[in-house]
Amino acid sequence: MILISLIAGCVQKIPAGDLTSTTKTAPPPQELVLATTTSTCDTGLLDVLNKKFEETNNVKILTVCEGTGKAIATGELGAADVVMVHAVQAELIAVANGSFINRTYMMYNYFVIIGPENDPAGIKTAKNASDALSKIAARQSQFISRGDESGTYKMEKSIWKAANITPAGTWYQSVGKGMGETIVTANIKEGYTLSDRGTYLSMKDKTDLRILFEADQTYLFNPYHVMAVNPAKFQNVKYDLAIRYINYTTSQQAQDIIRDFGRDKYGEALFTPAIINERR
Amino acid sequence: MNGAEFLYGGAVKAFELIINLDPYVMSITGVSIKVSGTATILAALTAIPLAFALSFLNFRGKQGLITLVNTGMGLPPVFVGLFIYVMLVPAGPLGFLKMILTQEAMILAQYILVTPIIAGISLAAIKAVPGPIIETVYTLGGREKDAVITTLKEAKFGIITAILAGLGRALAEVGAILIVGGNIAETGSIAGIGEGLSRTRTLTTAIVSETSKWDISTALALGIILISLNLSVNLLANFFRGRD
Repeated sequence: MILISLIAGCVQKIPAGDLTSTTKTAPPPQELVLATTTSTCDTGLLDVLNKKFEETNNVKILTVCEGTGKAIATGELGAADVVMVHAVQAELIAVANGSFINRTYMMYNYFVIIGPENDPAGIKTAKNASDALSKIAARQSQFISRGDESGTYKMEKSIWKAANITPAGTWYQSVGKGMGETIVTANIKEGYTLSDRGTYLSMKDKTDLRILFEADQTYLFNPYHVMAVNPAKFQNVKYDLAIRYINYTTSQQAQDIIRDFGRDKYGEALFTPAIINERR
Repeated sequence: MNGAEFLYGGAVKAFELIINLDPYVMSITGVSIKVSGTATILAALTAIPLAFALSFLNFRGKQGLITLVNTGMGLPPVFVGLFIYVMLVPAGPLGFLKMILTQEAMILAQYILVTPIIAGISLAAIKAVPGPIIETVYTLGGREKDAVITTLKEAKFGIITAILAGLGRALAEVGAILIVGGNIAETGSIAGIGEGLSRTRTLTTAIVSETSKWDISTALALGIILISLNLSVNLLANFFRGRD
């Protein structure tokens, strides 16, 4: 019985065919495929940011949420129109090989090292990010790694490299999951992990882990860029629309949204706008 | 955070989402039923004639085809997904079809996964029809066509079971459709408050992404719907198995 009403519910709520039909006079909205990282999706930033763009431009943004590595690959294969990612080196390589153009800096935040409140490895007093990870390795405290092709994992690898450590052993566990699930795993195992600040804050009330180390300007800086898939490589890509979206992300309106996002819910902003930091 | 409290709260919110027919949750259910249902229908239309051809005709490569069907019953979904993904992306050989990240691509993936299952189980059902019954058809002056019709009548419950087994597999599958469909929902798709609806997000792929966001109540709600769907498919299958 429940099932029948469920199915009936589906049939009522979903109009046949495309879900995009609006009023009779407006032309059907264009669709823009955005491949992006889990941190922009899971925090809910894109729900707010993209809504404004959709309303003013008669566009539906189809967001594919995956790690930065996969998002770049999706664009390189022509399956997306625009990407929003956070791994500077990988981005520069993808621009250099002609896959993307118009790479634009839109916002940033910092990575944080989170762990159990009692901080068994004592990283609170670390000099810098690589010193913090060295302490964890020396103590062989549990460290949970993303272990995927995300921007966060790329950052983690570069810090290990700076510390001159190849993390291995039972204390170092690679989960191959998104940021949220990695935090949950670290919470269960009472271990440390590297997270972007935004995702951690959005999950703060669902975890006992605390920020133990932050603000290393050299290593923990986490800039986000948007870039368009090169139309010279894929003719069917919606380049004009992608450019309009990129311009939007750096507009006063979008930068205001980024600056305020999360303040009401988490008491502080999750991201900092890159271009316009002053409210007009 | 108290574990029991947290689970209880999640379950209560999950039932609220279901009972209120939350548009986002319902749209996900709708996409699941549409994609898996279409894939199963198309697979049945291929697999059942295939099973009969393999039972009644003799042709070169028949044994090879049977091996292919049996191997196909255990195809790893993630690999099928990856294969279809690289074929369908614009940089791939079938990119011109513009099917990547659409429901059609998901239907194609599940069609490939489900066809061998329906064919294999149907083949077994056809084989299980007692030889004397077919012999009687010929003795009474029937031709091959009559033998096929008699077999179809005798094996019909087994074949229906095969189709339902395929549907059950399709509804529970996640690896392939996550890759080729991209788990896309419209902007603002938040259970309980948002207005964005699913495009290529199904019950299974949404459980993956809602869990990743740690929105446990939504993931639980989706899980309850998925289990109910699969349970009813299986009850139906049992009913037909009982008739056999």
